[in-house]
Amino acid sequence: MNLTLKIWRQKDASSKGQMVDYKVTDISEHMSFLEMMDVLNEQLVNSGDEPVAFDHDCREGICGMCSMYINGEAHGPDRGVTTCQLHMRMFKDGDTITIEPFRAAAFPVIKDLVVDRMAFERIQQAGGYISVNTSGNTQDANALPISKHAADEAMDAATCIGCGACVASCKNSSAMLFVGAKVSQYALLPQGQVEAVDRVQNMVAQMDLEGFGNCTNTGACEIECPKGISLENIARMNRELMKASLK
Amino acid sequence: MALDSKVPKGSIKDKWTDYKNHIDLVNPANKRHIDVIVVGTGLAGGSAAATLAELGYNVKAFAYQDSPRRAHSIAAQGGINAAKNYQGDGDSTYRLFYDTVKGGDYRSREANVYRLAEVSANIIDQCVAQGVPFARDYGGLLDNRSFGGVLVSRTFYAKGQTGQQLLLGAYSAMNRQIARGKIEMFNRHEMLDVVKVDGKARGIIARDLITGKIERHSAHAVVIATGGYGNVYFLSTNAMGSNATAAWKIHKKGAFFANPCYTQIHPTCIPRSGDYQSKLTLMSESLRNDGRIWVPKHMDDVMAIREGRKKPTDLTEEERDYYLERRYPAFGNLVPRDVASRAAKERCDAGYGVNATGEAVYLDFKSAINRYGKEQAKIHNITNASEEKIYELGQAIVEAKYGNLFQMYEKIVDENPYKTPMMIYPATHYTMGGIWVDYNLMTTVPGLYCIGEANFSDHGANRLGASALMQGLADGYFVLPYTIGDYLSDDIRTGEIPTNTPEFDAVEKEVTDRIDFFMNNKGSKSVDHFHKRLGNVMWDKVGMARNEKGLKEAMAEIKAIREEFWKEVKVPGTANEMNLELEKAGRVADFLELGELFAKDALERNESCGGHFREESVELDGEQKGEAKRNDTDFAFVSAWEYKGEPADAVLHKEELEFKDIELKQRSYK
Repeated sequence: MNLTLKIWRQKDASSKGQMVDYKVTDISEHMSFLEMMDVLNEQLVNSGDEPVAFDHDCREGICGMCSMYINGEAHGPDRGVTTCQLHMRMFKDGDTITIEPFRAAAFPVIKDLVVDRMAFERIQQAGGYISVNTSGNTQDANALPISKHAADEAMDAATCIGCGACVASCKNSSAMLFVGAKVSQYALLPQGQVEAVDRVQNMVAQMDLEGFGNCTNTGACEIECPKGISLENIARMNRELMKASLK
Repeated sequence: MALDSKVPKGSIKDKWTDYKNHIDLVNPANKRHIDVIVVGTGLAGGSAAATLAELGYNVKAFAYQDSPRRAHSIAAQGGINAAKNYQGDGDSTYRLFYDTVKGGDYRSREANVYRLAEVSANIIDQCVAQGVPFARDYGGLLDNRSFGGVLVSRTFYAKGQTGQQLLLGAYSAMNRQIARGKIEMFNRHEMLDVVKVDGKARGIIARDLITGKIERHSAHAVVIATGGYGNVYFLSTNAMGSNATAAWKIHKKGAFFANPCYTQIHPTCIPRSGDYQSKLTLMSESLRNDGRIWVPKHMDDVMAIREGRKKPTDLTEEERDYYLERRYPAFGNLVPRDVASRAAKERCDAGYGVNATGEAVYLDFKSAINRYGKEQAKIHNITNASEEKIYELGQAIVEAKYGNLFQMYEKIVDENPYKTPMMIYPATHYTMGGIWVDYNLMTTVPGLYCIGEANFSDHGANRLGASALMQGLADGYFVLPYTIGDYLSDDIRTGEIPTNTPEFDAVEKEVTDRIDFFMNNKGSKSVDHFHKRLGNVMWDKVGMARNEKGLKEAMAEIKAIREEFWKEVKVPGTANEMNLELEKAGRVADFLELGELFAKDALERNESCGGHFREESVELDGEQKGEAKRNDTDFAFVSAWEYKGEPADAVLHKEELEFKDIELKQRSYK
């Protein structure tokens, strides 16, 4: 198929960016979206132009590095996938595809489609852990039975890949799905109880400090999340925060 | 230079304990004055950085991604082994040790493997304490599954995302230390060379991938945890950015490179679909617990399937060749990876491949779905359940176990694997070879350590499933933090290592000269052009089956591609900005050297062992006819290569392997 691409080009964080049009031809429907971008970049390099910078790494939907806003949706039109797993069979010959970086005040553009997600790192550093040193003397793993239901629910929350699609999709640029998922993982497990109060307070405080917006329950984040993280995690985080404020 | 493995004396069971009891320690106050650089933040690097910081060292950690959480350990699916014997099926430290040595085709160092098996149980305890949500049964205890090449269930897992959860555990431990200021994290930084002072590793030169700035970082020891070199094949299951630059650069500065020819071709990957393919996707080996591998028995069915006249589901049981079950009745679909890969290649080379390229076999879940369905019907007291109902009940169980993998397959291939068998074919996945290290995980350069997939130490010529995660975390959490202390105890009075010295000047100049070359070279071909050509040579001539003629050709061809690369490569943009083509150029330049050493090592090793299969070395008769033939008389050693300029001129050093606790046997999975 032949396509027109409208891509955001921006030299660096301090330069002004703009949409630029490109044409690609003979794209196979079996290609992944990023393989289509590879074709474009090979074309640009061969003609002496600068290729489009975009983040990507594992190309199997788990590292959370890829981050494009395609035709107005984070990770494009398919559901439950990251951009690297989006396939060209979702598009048709003659289509015009708009490709932008994830947009949020807390995710400044570094170059073209690459954004800075260090805000997520700082939120994790504020409390996304259990304080246990490596010793080889921790108790036997089976000494603490955990109900299958709680373990499975914690796993569902822990499956977040930290890509930032929730923030990019939210009209308020809220990071509550991301933070809620991490808070939930630990809130659902007995190991997480000891530090529960400090954790939720510190992580939420850092989230606010980074300039993410609030949640107004539109639910776009849940729909666009490539890993299907549920809105329930936001509710759980709010309950944890409420509980913490009463202690 | 003679290789000294520094394996402690004593019985294998006591070596590690005795060793820990007698090494020098650094007192907590002195640790504050010692800096350690850790390059790479996957399971090995991440766990090492966190643990060293907990101990009190000042850690500087480097990742080329924008967060440690994105290192490629994250993509490991199936699980992590540990000799817990929770299933009561006779597992023990010795059995895990034995299985790992046997699975590695008797080409690993016994003492290292025993230690790995010994600390494996601690890893699970540690991860659970960190809040890693492993799969559990209804009683709330940890669940296990079985993997290829073993007869017990010792694999712990978190759905099909075990690597992700373990990495997030190590990442959370790192975050705690970053918050305390004990780890200084350098995201989007790439190490471009190591700096030695008086023969010791004392720092690195790194490039800030956002600004292009070249930086000097010093430390009292340097730890390389940068993963494997599978991307030398261009197409592999590695991440796009996975590279061998750090490993290759330390090799050029004196670290020996061991067994580069030991590469694992994983049997269950999604087959390639076209020339534009940028990477291959793995389907976890855990699928072989429940999936049965087959091709049609008759050639007319193969043709009918390829031409779309028949579907795989049209074929009756009698018309299918479950070739692994046929050839290896004892292990069946759970033979080790190298055996399963070669068996798939054998069938496809014989013309039985089931897709258009002729490079695919089926992985079928119908039997498992029916088996689980019947079990569920019984559990739920459903009598006379219809076939559809049984299938529905069974599908729910398979979905709970492998749902994310099935979804991934469907997204890529656009076929529903619950309804029609998956198509799979082998792909490069893991490299057992790597930087040579002694028992302390130190390379041949003092103060320079190498851990995880980047070193050669534990898997011999073939790695068993679910053992990579085990080794990465064993090295980082439980081995390196002890062994490095013994070395650093001499550095308590050294003080901070200055970076304004001639040693740093010289290495920085080498780095900037190379970058300047790339920026100024007015070539005509892209970096990927050369990488793809290298990959084709590697796959065709240094892939699943190798022979003398092909390997000699490969060496010559890789050299020619390398020479052309240095004349014709084109890198757009500038050096002082984010420049992804420049990053790739440096990595491919190193792969073009490593690939040649790889072929040379494969040529030198004229035996078949594990992932290294020489067509000249097979059993000629008897029950094992056609199977790989190892040669313990001439090749029971580690090949450690010393850099001497051109890869073809590398000098071979041998570390003889002694097997005192395990009898050397030809592997049989029949």
